[in-house]
Amino acid sequence: MRQLLSFVRKEFYHIFRDKTTMLILLGIPVIQMILFGFALSTEVKDTQIVVLAPSHDEASERIIERLNGSAYFNVAGRISSNREIEDAFRSGKAKLVVVFEDRFGERLRHDGKAHIQLIADATDPNAATTFTFYATNIINNYQQDLMGAQQNPYIITPEVKMLFNPQMIGAYNFVPGVLGMIIILICAMMTSIAIVKEKEKGTMEVLLVSPMKPIYSILSKLTPYFVLSCVNFGSIILLSVFMLKVPITGSFSSLVFISLLYIFVSLALGMLISTLANTQLAAMLISGMGLMMPVMLLSGMIFPVENMPMWLQVISHIVPARWYIEAVKAIMIEGLGFMAVWKDVCILAFMAFVLVIISIKQYKVRLE
Amino acid sequence: MQQQISTSAIDKVIVADKLTKKFGNFTAVDHISFEVKRGEIFGFLGANGAGKTTAMRMLCGLSIPTGGTGLVAGFDISKDSEQVKKHIGYMSQKFSLYDDLKVWENIELFGGIYGMKEHEIKAKTDKLMHLLHFEKERDKLVGELPLGFKQKLAFSVSIFHTPQVVFLDEPTGGVDPITRRQFWELIYDATARGITVFVTTHYMDEAEYCNRVSIMVDGKIEALDTPKKLKEQFGASSMDEVFHQLARKAKRIDS
Repeated sequence: MRQLLSFVRKEFYHIFRDKTTMLILLGIPVIQMILFGFALSTEVKDTQIVVLAPSHDEASERIIERLNGSAYFNVAGRISSNREIEDAFRSGKAKLVVVFEDRFGERLRHDGKAHIQLIADATDPNAATTFTFYATNIINNYQQDLMGAQQNPYIITPEVKMLFNPQMIGAYNFVPGVLGMIIILICAMMTSIAIVKEKEKGTMEVLLVSPMKPIYSILSKLTPYFVLSCVNFGSIILLSVFMLKVPITGSFSSLVFISLLYIFVSLALGMLISTLANTQLAAMLISGMGLMMPVMLLSGMIFPVENMPMWLQVISHIVPARWYIEAVKAIMIEGLGFMAVWKDVCILAFMAFVLVIISIKQYKVRLE
Repeated sequence: MQQQISTSAIDKVIVADKLTKKFGNFTAVDHISFEVKRGEIFGFLGANGAGKTTAMRMLCGLSIPTGGTGLVAGFDISKDSEQVKKHIGYMSQKFSLYDDLKVWENIELFGGIYGMKEHEIKAKTDKLMHLLHFEKERDKLVGELPLGFKQKLAFSVSIFHTPQVVFLDEPTGGVDPITRRQFWELIYDATARGITVFVTTHYMDEAEYCNRVSIMVDGKIEALDTPKKLKEQFGASSMDEVFHQLARKAKRIDS
């Protein structure tokens, strides 16, 4: 026990004395969340819109008024033909063009049906989804008010068209994604580098000659990174709830539970990498190639796994982040409880088990 | 199960009997046998690649022999390597303290690893700082110390828990002659306290400081005696000459 304590203390010294690394480790998640957060929240307020309403009737004017009156939109101008739409985007005058069809009010009154087209600049996809969603809501509200006033049903169908980036990245997806990536990188990359550093500097040899059990020295190496990851988990969650207003709709305890499990899997992965690599550079490359890329590309963080070719989908099954991100999405965004993610929990637990077994077997008690 | 074979009466701290290590077809250490008595300074010489590091690692419990037996501090190195580890000290050829820990923190860490009590560590640290004239450096990070200081400190840390035997793997590489001299004074101090010293070195003048010296060539021990007798035996005026006469026979290329 004393052995373990003096060793854990040493590991904390290593991290706290290296202020730059510690700042990077604790700062990256915060910075990422803030960057993502601003991309989300500043663009939706006072979005410049341009209106094409050839009919100038009461219904279309009411809708324009409502749009302009909301906090989200400012009507920056009007155009009179389809040809001007492109210019409105190119000149930067509009982020969204609202196109009412010909004789909008008349059709609404006579046929009970009319169309509005919302054309969005989706170069910033997060913002585009959000403001088209707001615009759709405003139009739907108007429609409901109309229905309340009159007996006949009026149906206004807003059609949404995304320009420049037809593949949409979900607005809230990045919170689970950033969580999944930060945790695995800090746990696996940093621990493997920390262990390999001792190999490289020759201190590992002295530790191996000492009566210190290797499993203790590894456990104590993992402790500070476990603590760091918990801090990061906390700061990401706080930022996403209070700054980005992404609520945790599901069970908070399930979220914490699966996150701790995921941290453990990542630490075990770091241990495994450290047994494979002999230099810090190699550890960095292995975790870079072996973790960064699959986590970014195969976890569903950026591209939906369902759209990938079969063989990539199969590979994605062994990426722990995939299961974690899936579970976090279910809990945070979809508001589901533990029962919805038990499969992910089982898979992660199984991965942790296998990784620990392999790395303990691999760990070289003796230098050969 | 960890029966300590009674050697205290005979006082042989290291007994190697036909100790062998093979890596595939390559025999790194080839049936070496020798004994080291308590309080002795035993020089373990050999050219690079002669197998001395491998032999030393087996004796430290870092590597399992493929043949023969070895007893260190009375424990079998193949079966009881954990017990062996508790009773030895080790200083590697790479400088092996933590640069980002302070002098006293390094001492405290290794004291803790070897299961020493807190107050014992404190008292001994004070004494050691005084002995090394390190009082001012106590709170400095080890990385800020000059190499000579570091090596003296590393040696002092390796015998801090008073092991029965300390293994030194080329401890004085890259140090100036004056510091080497001081380093050897520390070694003599340690033997005076009953610690056996097993040392590999490249410097033949250091071989002269040893009580007995063995010279390994191509995995075998070719000569083993006091420096004086070895010089007589080979008709040489210095250990350097003895070494060159033997090393010339080596067939293995420098690894």
